[in-house]
Amino acid sequence: MALDQSFVGRTYPPTEPYEVGREKIREFAEAVGDANPAYTDTEAARALGHPDVIAPPTFVFAITFKAAGQVVADPQLGLDYSRVVHGDQKFAYNRPVRAGDRLTVTSTIETIRTMAGNDILDIRGEVHDQDGEHVVTAWTKLVARAAEEA
Amino acid sequence: MTAKISYADVEVGTELPAQTFPATRATLVQYAGASGDFNPIHWNERFAKEVGLPDVIAHGMFTMAEAIRVVTDWAGDPGAVVEYGVRFTRPVVVPDDDKGAVIEVSGKVAAKLDDNTVRVDLVATSAGQKVLGASRAVVRLA
Repeated sequence: MALDQSFVGRTYPPTEPYEVGREKIREFAEAVGDANPAYTDTEAARALGHPDVIAPPTFVFAITFKAAGQVVADPQLGLDYSRVVHGDQKFAYNRPVRAGDRLTVTSTIETIRTMAGNDILDIRGEVHDQDGEHVVTAWTKLVARAAEEA
Repeated sequence: MTAKISYADVEVGTELPAQTFPATRATLVQYAGASGDFNPIHWNERFAKEVGLPDVIAHGMFTMAEAIRVVTDWAGDPGAVVEYGVRFTRPVVVPDDDKGAVIEVSGKVAAKLDDNTVRVDLVATSAGQKVLGASRAVVRLA
C-alpha cells in the first residue's frame, strides 16, 4: 500500500537527551574490534585535539535509529515494519560524538516514494548536543518490501 | 582534529591499506548487544530462513562500521571523518562455524576537495561479492 505523501516534510518532536557514556563507547569499539585509542584513552583523544574520548563514526546510528522509530511506529503513516530493510545510510559530521554529550535527535521525513510496490522512506535525523550545537546529521533510507500476493 | 596523513601527500588514485574483518556468530551477538539491534535475523538461523534469507546475516551497520576503519586507521584520527555513506546492496552471510564470514575492504582516493578534504571510495566484499554500494567517505587530512 502506498504511503501518504502528505507526510513528506513532517518533523517529529526532539527526543529526550541520550547521554553518551565512555564505557558504552568502549563496548561499541570492542564489538567492532577497533582498537583506536581515541575511543578509550582520554589522553590519546586529547592529543588529537578532542576534549574527551570520541565515538566511532557509526556509533550515533543507535541513537538516530531509535529516534526514527517514532516515524516507523507512527500509526497514521502505516509503515509495515515487518517488511522493512535498511537501504542506505549516510552521516555528515560537524564534529565527532564524544563522551558526556547529551544528544537529542529531531527526525524529519524527507521523501516517500513507491517503486515496484516497495515503499521507500528517507528519514533525516538532526543530532544536537546539550548546548544546541549541531553534531551530526544522519540520513536513513528504509525500504518496506511489497507484500507478497496472497 | 589531527590526521596523520597530509593532504599534500595524496593524489587521486592513492590506495589506502586494505583490511579484512572477520565476523563470526559470536561477533554478531556482541555487536547486537553493543548497538542495541537485536533483530533475530542477526542471530537466529531458524528465523532468518523463515523470512527468506540463506542464513544468519551480519548487521548492515556492522559492515558499515568495519569499512570505515580502512579510512580511520589510515587517517589516524576518526574525528577527521566529515561524511560517510553506504548502500546496503547484499547481505554478509555468516555461517555457524568457527570461521564465520570475512569482509574485505579496500579504499582509494577518488577526489581532492576543498579545505584539505579528500573523498575516499570504498569497496567491501564478502565471499567474492560486493556487499556495499556507493560507499564513500570524506575525510579531512592534515
